[in-house]
Amino acid sequence: MHEAITHTAVAVSYLWLIPALPALGVLVNLSLGALLGKGAVGFIAPGTVAGGFGVALYCLVQILQLPPGSALEQTLWPWISAGNLQVDIAFRVDALSAVMICVVTGVGFLIHIYSVGYMHDDPSYARYFIYLNLFTCAMLILVLADNLPLLFVGWEGVGLCSYLLIGFWFDKEANASAGKKAFVVNRVGDAGFLLGTFLLFWSLGVGTHSLSFQDIAAHAKSIPLDTVTLITLLLFVGATGKSAQLPLYVWLPDAMAGPTPVSALIHAATMVTAGVYMIARLNFLFVLAPATLTVVATIGALTALFAASIGLMQNDIKKVLAYSTVSQLGYMFLGVGVGAFSAGVFHLMTHAFFKGLLFLGSGSVIHGMHGEQDMRRMGGLRTYMPTTYRTFLIGTLAIAGVPGLAGFFSKDLILAHAFSSSPVLWLVGLCAAGMTAFYMFRLVFMTFWGECRADEHTKHHIHESPATMTVPLVLLAVLSIVGGYVGLPEMWAWGNRFDAFLAPVFAAAQGGEHHMEMGLEYALMAASVGVAVGGIALAYVLYVARPELPGQIADQAAGAYDLISNKYYVDELYDAVLVQPALKLSNLLWRVVDVGIVDGIVNGSARVVGASSSFWRRWQTGNVEHYAVSMLFGAVLILVFFAWHSS
Amino acid sequence: MPLLSLIVFTPLLGAIVLMLMRADQHAALRRGAFLFSLVPFGFSILLLARFTPTEAVFQFTEKAAWIPSFAINYALGVDGISLFLVLLTTFLMPIVVLSGWGDIHKRVKEYMVFLLLMETGMLGALVATDLFLFYVFWEVMLIPMYFLIGIWGGQRHIYAAIKLVLYTMAGSLLMLVAIVYLAVAHQQQFGQYSFDLQRLLEFTLPVTTQRWLFAAFALAFAIKVPMFPLHTWLPDAHTEAPTGGSVILAGVLLKMGTYGFLRFAIPLFPQAAFEAMPLIATLAIIGIVYGALVCMVQPDLKRLVAYSSVSHLGFVMLGLAALNTQGVQGSLYQMLNHGLSTGGLFLAVGVIYERRHTRLIKEFGGLWAQLPVYAAIFMVVMLSSVGLPGLNGFVGEFLILIGAFKAYPTGTAIASSGVILGAVYLLWMYQRVMFGPLDNPENQKLKDLSTREILVFVPLIIMFFVMGIYPKPFLSRMEPSVQATLARLEKKLAETGSSNQVAQR
Repeated sequence: MHEAITHTAVAVSYLWLIPALPALGVLVNLSLGALLGKGAVGFIAPGTVAGGFGVALYCLVQILQLPPGSALEQTLWPWISAGNLQVDIAFRVDALSAVMICVVTGVGFLIHIYSVGYMHDDPSYARYFIYLNLFTCAMLILVLADNLPLLFVGWEGVGLCSYLLIGFWFDKEANASAGKKAFVVNRVGDAGFLLGTFLLFWSLGVGTHSLSFQDIAAHAKSIPLDTVTLITLLLFVGATGKSAQLPLYVWLPDAMAGPTPVSALIHAATMVTAGVYMIARLNFLFVLAPATLTVVATIGALTALFAASIGLMQNDIKKVLAYSTVSQLGYMFLGVGVGAFSAGVFHLMTHAFFKGLLFLGSGSVIHGMHGEQDMRRMGGLRTYMPTTYRTFLIGTLAIAGVPGLAGFFSKDLILAHAFSSSPVLWLVGLCAAGMTAFYMFRLVFMTFWGECRADEHTKHHIHESPATMTVPLVLLAVLSIVGGYVGLPEMWAWGNRFDAFLAPVFAAAQGGEHHMEMGLEYALMAASVGVAVGGIALAYVLYVARPELPGQIADQAAGAYDLISNKYYVDELYDAVLVQPALKLSNLLWRVVDVGIVDGIVNGSARVVGASSSFWRRWQTGNVEHYAVSMLFGAVLILVFFAWHSS
Repeated sequence: MPLLSLIVFTPLLGAIVLMLMRADQHAALRRGAFLFSLVPFGFSILLLARFTPTEAVFQFTEKAAWIPSFAINYALGVDGISLFLVLLTTFLMPIVVLSGWGDIHKRVKEYMVFLLLMETGMLGALVATDLFLFYVFWEVMLIPMYFLIGIWGGQRHIYAAIKLVLYTMAGSLLMLVAIVYLAVAHQQQFGQYSFDLQRLLEFTLPVTTQRWLFAAFALAFAIKVPMFPLHTWLPDAHTEAPTGGSVILAGVLLKMGTYGFLRFAIPLFPQAAFEAMPLIATLAIIGIVYGALVCMVQPDLKRLVAYSSVSHLGFVMLGLAALNTQGVQGSLYQMLNHGLSTGGLFLAVGVIYERRHTRLIKEFGGLWAQLPVYAAIFMVVMLSSVGLPGLNGFVGEFLILIGAFKAYPTGTAIASSGVILGAVYLLWMYQRVMFGPLDNPENQKLKDLSTREILVFVPLIIMFFVMGIYPKPFLSRMEPSVQATLARLEKKLAETGSSNQVAQR
C-alpha cells in the first residue's frame, strides 16, 4: 500500500517561492513600510500573497496533470545534522499539500484584501500587514514541509503570529494576556509534539534518518504497536493545542481579542486546522495505532458537542463563532479519527470558506456598528447592510448543513463515516449539528432580524462596508456554495472527485474500504437535514416568534444556564488547579529554597568561618588583592612542594 | 604565524596600551578598546577560515616549555569543541565594549582594561591544552570579573562580588589539587610529570581515584555552570554587575563550566564520569524546571534573566549527560546560542536600566508605544531565548532533547516542561514591560534606541537567524571532535566492560 506514497517525485525549483513571496512582503514592509505609506503597504502585502496563490495554482495544475500519487519536491539545504539525524530544509507538494497551499493563499489573499478596508484607519497599519504576511509565510512552511521538524517550524511560527496578532492592540492588558495564553497553551501541546517526534526518531531503527514523511512511512511498520500508539498520542497532544480541542481549547475563545480578519484567517480558516493537517499528513502512522484513532475520534466528537453547547448561550458575536470553530474542528478530528482522512480534509476546506466568510461578515457588522460586538445591542441590520446580510446568511446555511451548500456535503460525509465506525460517535456528531444550526440562526436572528437595539447615535452611523470588504464576502459566499460540489456523495453522478484526488495520499489508510447501503446513506442524510431544520426552527421560535421564551427558560433552569453561560468554569478551574499553585510553588522555591536554605548555608558558613577565628577574618577582607596574593602564595607553595618532591 | 597566541594576547596588549593612556580621554579610551577588541575577532575569523573541518585533533597547536622541571608547557590548540567558543568570545567582546560606551561613565579606563584582561583569560582557558596553563587562565578570568562587579556594580555589589569569588575559589582550589594529583600520579607511573592534556587522556587511572578526581573537577565546573544547587551566586552576580559584565558572565564565563566538563572532566575520568552522568542529568533536569519556576516570580528584570540561565544551562548539561552525538552536539551548539541570546537579553535590559535606573518590572509597561524599535529588537532576542524554531535556540534545544530522550526518556519528558515554562516567563516578562498602557510618566519621556545601540544588536540578530536556518557550518565543524571524544570514551569504558551501556545510548 505504500507504493502510492513513494510514487514519482518530480524535482522542481519553484516551491520556495510560495513561502518566500509573503516573506518578501514582511521584509519590504518592515524596512520601508514607514516610508512607503499606507497605499503601498496595502498593495505589497496582498500582492505577495496573490503571487503565492499563483504559484500554488500552478502546482495544483502540475499535480493534476502528473500521474496519481505524484509529488513535486525541492530540497533547499541541509538543516539539522548530528550523527544519524540528517534533517533538510525541503518542501514537497502532493495532492494534500496542493489543496492546503491553495486554500491558505486563496482565502489568505481574500482576507488580506478585506483587511485593507478593515484596518484602514488603524495607526499600526504596516505592523498589521507585516504580521499577516509573516503568518502566511509560516503557514505555508507548515503545509509545504517535507519533514516533521520543518513542519514544526511552521507550526510554532503560526503560533507566534497568532500571539502577535491576538495582542495586536496591546495597550489593553486583556489583549496582551490573551495572546500570551494562546502561545503558552499551544506550547503545552508542542511539548507533546516534540516528545512524539523524539520517540518516533529513535523508533525508526538503525541507519540515518531525515524524519521526512517518506522516511517515516518507509519505516513506520517496523515500530511496535505500543510505541506507535504512544508516538501518535503525543503528536495528537500537539494537535489538541494547535487545533483547540479538549482539553487545550481554552485559548481560542480568548483569541477573539485580535482584529476580526485575523480571527477569520488564523483562528478559523487556516492555522487552527494545522492539527488536522498534521494527522492527515501522517495518516500512514496513525492507521497503525487504532487506539489513538479512537481517542482522536472521541475527543473530536466530544469537542464538537461541548463547544457547540457553549455556543448556544454566547452573546458576543465573535465568541459564538469562536466556539463554533472549536466545534467544527471537532468534526474534522472525528473524520480523521474514524479513518475518513479525505472527508476531514474536505471539511477543513469547506470550513475555511464558510467560516472565513462568517468571521469576515461579523467583522463587517462590527465595523458598521463602530466596534460593537454584543448581539443584544444589534438587530435589524439586514436593512442597513444588505450585502453583509446576504453573504452571512449563505455562510450560515452552509455551516448549518442545509442541503446544496458546501458544509452539508462535507459534514455529512464525516457523519456517514462516523456511523459506520460507531453509531454513538455519529449520534454525538448529530446532536452537535443540531446545536450548530440553532446557535447560528440565533446569531442571524439576533443580529440581522427584528428591531435595531443599538442606541440612536450608533444607529445613525450604521453603514454597509466598502467594496474591499464586501467583494471578499461575495467571493467566499460563492465558494461556500460551489466548494461542496467537488465532493458529492459517491452514489451520485460526478461522485467524490475530491476523495479521488487525495486517495493516493491516504492509500495506506484505505484498507477497509466500506460501501454503505444506499438506503442507509439516504436515511443518515435525512437525519442530518432533520436536525438542521429542527435547530433552525427552534431558533426561529425562540428569537423571532416568541422572544420572551429564552428569558423564561433561563429562569427555570438557572443552574444549567449559569454553568453553560460561564463556559463550564473551565478557565477558573485551570487557574485554580494549575496557574495559582505553580506561582505559589515558584515563590516557595525562590524565597525558601534559594534565598533561605542554599544562600543560608553559604552565608552561614562564611559567617561561621569569619566569626570563629580572627585569623581567618583577616583573609575575608573583601579586598581582592589579598585573594590574589593568597592564590599566588598557594601556587608558590605547590611549586615548592614539587621542587622538593622531585629532587 | 602563532595564530592562537595572537588571539589570546592581543587583548592583553590592548589593555597595556590603554593603561598608558590618560584616564580622562574617555572617547579615545572607548575607541581604543573597541579597536583592540576587533583585532582578536579578526584573527579568529582567520582561524575559522583556516580550520580544517574534517579533523578531530587539535589544530594550530603551539608548544613551548614553561616550567620544565614539572613538564609544564605553554601549549595551545583548538579543535571543533573550542573553535566556536573562541569565536563566541571574540564576537561578543566588541559588542560588550560598544555597549559600555553609553552606560560606563566612571573610571572608563579601568573598565575597558578589565574587559580586555578578562578576554585574554577566557580565550586562554579555551585554547590551553596544558592543565596547569588552563588553571592559570581559569583564575585570571575571575579577577577582572570581581572588579567589574565590585567597582561598577549595583547596590549590593560588594556582597555579590565576594560571593562570586568565594564560590568559585572553593571549587577551583579542589580542581587545582586534582590537577596536581594527576601530574604526580603520572610521575609515579611513568617517571615524569605531565600536565599535557593529550598525554593524560591516554592515561588510565583506577576507578576509585577517578571518582575523587572527577568530583573535584566536577565541583569546580558545576559551580561555574552553575548547576543546581550551586547556582545562588549567579543571580546576585548578574543583578549587580554592569551590563557588559553580565553579558560576558552569561555569554562566556558560564560556558567555561560546561566546556570544562566536555574538555576535561568527562574525557579524563571516563568511568567516573559515566557513573556520575545519571546524577548530573538529574541535577540538570531539576535545574531546568527549578530555574524556570523561580524565574516566573522574579520582580527584577536582571534577576529574571539570571535565573533563566540556570534553566538554560540545565539544558546544556542534560545534553552532555546524554553522552551521544545528538546530545553533545546540541549541548555545544546551545552553549553558543545561550551566549548570544542571553547576552542579548542582558543588553536589552541594560538599555532601559541605563535610561530609568531601575530594573523592577512593575516600573515599566506599554513601552512598545514609546520605543518601537527597541521593542521589536527585544522581541527577537526574547524569541531566540524561548527557542522559537527558525531561530538559533531551537536547533540546540532540539538536538539536546532528542539526544537526551535516548538516554533518559522520562527525565527528558520532565525537562520538556522547561520548553513550556520558558515561554511563560519570557512572554510574561515581555508583556509586563512592553504591552499594556503606557501610564508611568517617567516612561513617556524615554528615547528609542540610538544608532550605536542598534549596531550593538544587529550582529546578534543576524547570528540568531543564520544559526537557526543554516547551522550546518557550525555543526559539521564540531562533529568530528565530538565524535572522537565520544569514541575515546567508549573505548576506555570498553576496557572496563561498561561499553554495552554506552552503545545503548
